[in-house]
Amino acid sequence: MSDAVAVEAVGMTMRFGAFTALDDVSIKVPAGSFHALLGENGAGKSTLVKCMMGFYTPTSGQMLVDSKEAVIRNPKDAAGFGLGMVYQHFTLVPSLTGAENLVISREDAPRVIDWRKERKALAAFMETMPFKIPLDQPVSALAAGEKQKLEIVKQLYLGRRFIVLDEPTSVLTPNEAEEMLGLVRGMTRAGALTVLMISHKFHEVTSFCDDVTVLRKGRRTGGGRIADLDRKQMAAMMIGDQPIVALDSRSETPADATPVLTVKQLKAKDRTGLKSIAIDGLEVRAGEIVGIAGISGNGQKEFLETIAGQRAREGGAVVVKDTVYDASRAQSRALNVRFIPEEPLRNACAPRMTVAENIAFRTFDLNADGKPVAWISARAIRAYATRLIEQFKVKTASLSSPIQSLSGGNVQRAVLARELTGQVDLLVVSNPCFGLDFAAVAEIRARIMKARNGGAAVLLMSEDLDELLELSDRIFVMSDGALVYETPIAQADVHVIGEHMAGH
Amino acid sequence: MENDIGLWGVPLAVLGGAIRVSTPFIFVSLGEAITERSGRINLGLEGTLVFGAMAAYAVAVETGSPWLGVLAAMVAGSGFGLLHGWICSFPRVNDIAVGIALMLFGMGLAFFFGKPYIQPSAPNLPAIPLGDWSSIPQVRAALNVNALFVIGAALALFLWWAFKNTKLGLIVRVVGDSADSARAMGLSPTTVRLFATAAGSALAAVGGAYLSLYYPGSWNERISSGQGLMAVALVIFARWNPLGCFAAALLFGGAGALGPALQSVGVTQGYYLFYAAPYILTLVIMIATSSPGRQLAGAPGELSITK
Repeated sequence: MSDAVAVEAVGMTMRFGAFTALDDVSIKVPAGSFHALLGENGAGKSTLVKCMMGFYTPTSGQMLVDSKEAVIRNPKDAAGFGLGMVYQHFTLVPSLTGAENLVISREDAPRVIDWRKERKALAAFMETMPFKIPLDQPVSALAAGEKQKLEIVKQLYLGRRFIVLDEPTSVLTPNEAEEMLGLVRGMTRAGALTVLMISHKFHEVTSFCDDVTVLRKGRRTGGGRIADLDRKQMAAMMIGDQPIVALDSRSETPADATPVLTVKQLKAKDRTGLKSIAIDGLEVRAGEIVGIAGISGNGQKEFLETIAGQRAREGGAVVVKDTVYDASRAQSRALNVRFIPEEPLRNACAPRMTVAENIAFRTFDLNADGKPVAWISARAIRAYATRLIEQFKVKTASLSSPIQSLSGGNVQRAVLARELTGQVDLLVVSNPCFGLDFAAVAEIRARIMKARNGGAAVLLMSEDLDELLELSDRIFVMSDGALVYETPIAQADVHVIGEHMAGH
Repeated sequence: MENDIGLWGVPLAVLGGAIRVSTPFIFVSLGEAITERSGRINLGLEGTLVFGAMAAYAVAVETGSPWLGVLAAMVAGSGFGLLHGWICSFPRVNDIAVGIALMLFGMGLAFFFGKPYIQPSAPNLPAIPLGDWSSIPQVRAALNVNALFVIGAALALFLWWAFKNTKLGLIVRVVGDSADSARAMGLSPTTVRLFATAAGSALAAVGGAYLSLYYPGSWNERISSGQGLMAVALVIFARWNPLGCFAAALLFGGAGALGPALQSVGVTQGYYLFYAAPYILTLVIMIATSSPGRQLAGAPGELSITK
C-alpha cells in the first residue's frame, strides 16, 4: 500500500458574488494525521473542502500536496493526486452490489467484466483492509455503518491516500461510529492514510483526532493539537459570543399524571410494503417527554405517519385521552394534538404559500371564539401571523414571502409557532433540530421543554441521541419496526441504547 | 387430420400465436427496459413502432430486401429516441409528456409518409421451420418460427448478461439508480440516457418492422393495436429484467392468440371477448403490481413514475 500524503491549503478565499463564503483560510494536514474540521452549519466547512477537492475554483489560494504546489481544477485532478472524498449522502448505487460498485467506479473498468478475476482481486484487496463488508449483496441491503465503511474502502480501492470524511457518523449508532473511527485512526497511525473529518461532535473529535481547525462565518477562528484544547475552548471558537438560550429545568411529572397518548397493538406496512411496524404498547403521560431513539429507516417515520393519519393502519388503535384518534382536523383541534414532523418544509408546509398563510393553517377558518367562519379574513390572518412571527423570532422578508424562501431554521420556527400556540395537550415531534445551528437548536429544545413543563405530553423521535438524553423523561429504542427497549432517563446508558439500536 | 388432435389444437394454436404475436412485444419491451433502466420512461414507443413499421415496409418495397427494411426501421427509431432524449435533456422537461407528444408525432408522420405504400406488397421476413420433424400440420404451423423471434430471444439473454457483466450495462444501471452517484463518478446522466433512449427506440422500431414485414405482414394505419404502450406495462411487470420481459411478452402474446385460436376450433360465441384478453391482462397486472402504501421493488431509483 502506498503511503499517506500530506495536504495543505494556503489562503483559500471563495466569494459567491458579494458573499464571502471563505475568507483567507489556511489548513495544514501532515501525512498520516487525523485532522478535524469543526464549525456550525454555514461556517464554510463544505466550501473549504470543495475548493480543496476541485469542485469549486477558489477566488484565491493554493494547494500543496506533499509540500509541492498542486493545481487542482476539478475532482479528477484531485483524484490524480490521491485526494478523495466521502460524502455525507452516500454515493454508492443502491441496487448494485458492493463488488459492482467498486469495479464500476474504477477509471479503467474493463468493457467486459471477468467476475472471477475481479472477485479474486477484490478478495486480495479486502485482506489488506481492517473492514469486513459483504461485497455480494446489493448496497441497499447493507446497514448504514457498512455503507460508510464501503465508501471509505472504495476511496482506498481507487488509490486515494488523503480522504475527506463529511460528518461520517451522522447515520451511525454510537458503537458503529466508535468502531469505524477507531479503524480509521488505526490506518492513519499506520501511515497508510491521511484523513480530514468534518464534524460537529466534540466527543468524536476529542477522542479520535490529532489536530483540529475551527471555522466560523468563513474564517479560521482557531485550531491546534487536540491534546492542548478542551471542549469549552473549541465551543467558544465555534459559536463565538452569541447568546444561547438555556433549557428550563425539568419540573417533576406529577405521579398521578394521566396518559394522553395510548398506542395499542398498532400495525402498519412500511414504504417498501415488505416490512411492517408493530408497536405493542406505548403510553405518554401529561407533563413528560418520551423519546424514541433509533437509526433512521427502522420504522420511526412510519410510526409517526400512522399516528398523524398519513399512513393506513392495519390494526390496533391510537387513543388520545379517551377518544380513539383518527387524525381528522376536527379531532386534532378538539383534543389539542399538534405535530412537528421532520423536514417541515416538505411535511408541514405548503412551500409556495406565504409565511402568514402557513402560520394560519390551524386557525384560518375560525373566528376569535373558535367557531367556524364563512368568510376568511386576510387581515385577521396577517394580524395573527405578525404576532406569532414576533413571538417566535421568525426572520422573514415579509408576511407574504413564500415560506420556501426562508432558511431551514426559520421554517422550523414558523412551524413551531403554529403548532405550539394555544393549548397543546399532545405534541408529536420528529428530528426537530436536524440541520440547524447551535442557537436555533438550543431555542427549539427550550420551547419543547417549556411545552412539557406546561403539561403537554410529548412524543419525541430523534436520530440524535444527545438530544434525547437532554430532553426525555423516558427513552424507547425502535429497531426493525418495534420498540425493543425502554429505560428511564436516570438509568440511560449510551452504549446499552446503542446496542439495542443496532438490533442486538 | 384436424379432428385427430381435437381440442389440442387450442394450446397449439396459442403457442404458435404466442410466438407470432409476442415478437413485437419482445422488442418493444427490451427497448423500453434499456431506456427505463437508465432512469427515463419513453411513452413515445407506440409512435416509434408505427413509424418503424412504415419505414421498414417502404424500404422493403423499394429495395426488395426485408432486412434492409428492418435496418431502416432501426435508423428511424434511433432518430425518434435521440429526439426524445434531446428534449428531455433540458431542465424541467417531463419525459412522460414528451413521450406522449412523440407518440402522436410518430403516428402522424407514419400515416403521412405511408399513404403510397398501402397498396404495394413488400417481401416478407423469412421464417425458420422448426416443426419439420412432425407430420401434423398444426405442429408445423405452430413451430414455423420467424427469424426475429429467435433474434429477440437471443437479445433478451444477451441484455440480461450485459446488465451484469459489461461496463456499459453497469453504467446504465448506475445512471438509472442514482444520478448523483453517476455524477460523482464523472458520468453524464443525460448523455447515457440519450443513447439508452436511442437504443430502446431502435429496438421498438424493429418490433414495428416485424408487424409490417411478417405478421400481419402489410402496412396500414391500424397496424398497431397498442403494443408500444402495453410494453411499458409489461416492463414494470417484468421488474426491468430482460429475461422477465421475454417471458412476459410470451404471456401477452399467448393472451393475444387466445381469441383467434378459439375461433379456429369453432367457438362462435363470445370469442370477441377473448380478443380483449391482452388489454384485460394489462389492467390486471397494473392493478396487481400497484399499491398505495409501498414502492415497487427493483424499480430504477431515478424513474419519474416511481420517485
